[in-house]
Amino acid sequence: MTTAPAAPAIKAKQRPGDRVFSTATVVSGSLILVTLAAVAIFLVAQALPAFTAEPTAFKGDAENFWQYVGPLVFGTIWAAALALLMAVPVAIGIALFISHYAPRRLAQALGYVIDLLAAVPSVVFGLWGITVLAPAVQPFYTSLTEWFGWFPLFAGPVSGTGRTILTVAIVLAVMILPIITALSREVFLQTPVLHEEAALALGATRWEMIKLAVLPFGRPGIISASMLGLGRALGETMVVAMVLSPAAVISFAVLQSQNPTTIAANIALNFPEAHDIGVNILIATGLILFVITLAVNMLARYIVERRKEFSGAN
Amino acid sequence: MSLTVTPQQAPTGRSTGPIANTLTAGKLPRFAALWVLLGCLAVTTAFFVILAVASETGFNIAAAVFLGVVLYGVVIWVLSRVVEGTRKAKDRLVTALVSTAFTIALLPLISVAYTTIANGVPRFDLQFFSESMRNVVGAGGGALHAIMGTLLITGMAALISVPVGLLTAIYLVEYGRGKLKHGITFFVDVMTGIPSIVAGLFAFALFALFTGDPGIRMGFGGAVALSVLMIPVVVRSSEEMLKLVPNELREASYALGVPKWLTIVKVVLPTSIAGIITGVMIAIARVIGETAPLLIIAGFTTSMNYNLFEGRMMTLPVFVYTQYMNQGTDVQAYIDRAWAGALTLILIVALLNVIARIVSKLFSPKTGR
Repeated sequence: MTTAPAAPAIKAKQRPGDRVFSTATVVSGSLILVTLAAVAIFLVAQALPAFTAEPTAFKGDAENFWQYVGPLVFGTIWAAALALLMAVPVAIGIALFISHYAPRRLAQALGYVIDLLAAVPSVVFGLWGITVLAPAVQPFYTSLTEWFGWFPLFAGPVSGTGRTILTVAIVLAVMILPIITALSREVFLQTPVLHEEAALALGATRWEMIKLAVLPFGRPGIISASMLGLGRALGETMVVAMVLSPAAVISFAVLQSQNPTTIAANIALNFPEAHDIGVNILIATGLILFVITLAVNMLARYIVERRKEFSGAN
Repeated sequence: MSLTVTPQQAPTGRSTGPIANTLTAGKLPRFAALWVLLGCLAVTTAFFVILAVASETGFNIAAAVFLGVVLYGVVIWVLSRVVEGTRKAKDRLVTALVSTAFTIALLPLISVAYTTIANGVPRFDLQFFSESMRNVVGAGGGALHAIMGTLLITGMAALISVPVGLLTAIYLVEYGRGKLKHGITFFVDVMTGIPSIVAGLFAFALFALFTGDPGIRMGFGGAVALSVLMIPVVVRSSEEMLKLVPNELREASYALGVPKWLTIVKVVLPTSIAGIITGVMIAIARVIGETAPLLIIAGFTTSMNYNLFEGRMMTLPVFVYTQYMNQGTDVQAYIDRAWAGALTLILIVALLNVIARIVSKLFSPKTGR
């Protein structure tokens, strides 16, 4: 027997209210795409003159734009990398403490305490870094150069104020701690309980259980959280602008008074007085920063997306 | 028979002393870790007190605590290795390390809170909230113009971002499908990562091109820059909240013949309103402390300015920054004002967070359970 002819599709009645509302949502959704495109277009438009600027337009000895931006790119990446190096182990420790060590009832409150760090405005961190942290670590830096001066990173002469790239990296590390902690904590909590219990039932100690079940499961999460933290550190402005004593150098030494500065801090310090082509040059450096952070963030998202496919949690 | 025999024989093997418990044999006593920690701290504290008395310098509490914790790690590892074996020892060492990581994170938080309050209180007075910096050189003056500017610019930013962000979230949850939804989700993520200073440069480039003024500074530009930073946060949090609304509610509404848009307005939104308001509050708290974009597009001034569309406008974070960076002859007055501004800023952020929590407590829908 033939099946009954397909019933004509019933179309919902289109009311004007529905049309207006759904159009409004589509428009504001698209507005985000437009905004992002506008950010790129306007930055490029304002940045173009910088690439062909006269050598005299640049501050310092730079002959062209790439020579000018080179030390800044180095400083940006170097400061962020140092911060990440310090923040990631501590963040993983905190995340483990909250997810697997602290008493259940306390865990949420402790997580909230760490989130408080994220609520402190960056300018306050800058103020703290320059008035409290820099003087406090300076004696430590002096002894570090005395004892470990043979190691290139700690080469002298030591800065007398403590306003070095290492101090900046410490403050940046504090600032990106909450985001890395929050994300890794979520991932650790998603570890399948059966895996953990299986490890414990086989006689593993708590640390062995974490090593066997939690960390392998959470590794992609840790990596992407670190990348997001890196993106945050790359773009952070005020701390670097306030704490660092800058110079246009490429140097790996972290304790000297001559430090490579970052793109963001350079813009913040020079923009208020910039004019004509100087503005275009600063916007062009901003464009470079935008590209760098975009690349880092997209890499992080890519890792998160890939993780979703393999995750046993969903 | 044999069942009754064996227990009688067992005790005869160990005639004297308490019966050893096999479950706790080869383990450190229950509170051993705590006592070892206290002991280590006492030893290092004593050492540094003696050092302080001998060399007549101040007592270095940070070093004492730090070395005490390091000493604890070593002692507990050695003890546990001797009594419990290597695996247990490693476990105890990691426990110590993980707890230390948490304590390390607390140090900057406490230090920031303490210094801000201690340094901010001297100028946290009525004058600070009732005067601007117009014609003030040296001591005196206040941050009224900056507070006003912060409220205006952040308010404007919220006015732009909340409708756009909320409607986008509704699109993503209720209407979106296919490529556009995928694209928007992806680019909202990308937008979250825009450095704040780039947002400021964008607003500057935008308004400089439109007005033709290469040195443009205005409050509205600051609001636009903050919106670029705020919209993705609002979208993300509202989206999460809308997803939490159970589908049964929507289906019940459709079954009663309610149009889709009314279902969203009358059923979905009221159910999730608490979470959405919380998300918006936290987004505001995040952008209210932004300095870099406002430094670039809103600039700084010493006078009141109520007009968002014309002239430079001071904001609180920029006030803190400029007070510290451009110190006049009376250095202390400028530093005091900077700290008082920082304290005000932190209090505003804290207040917003508290309100967000109260709102989510008060307005969250009553679940059946």
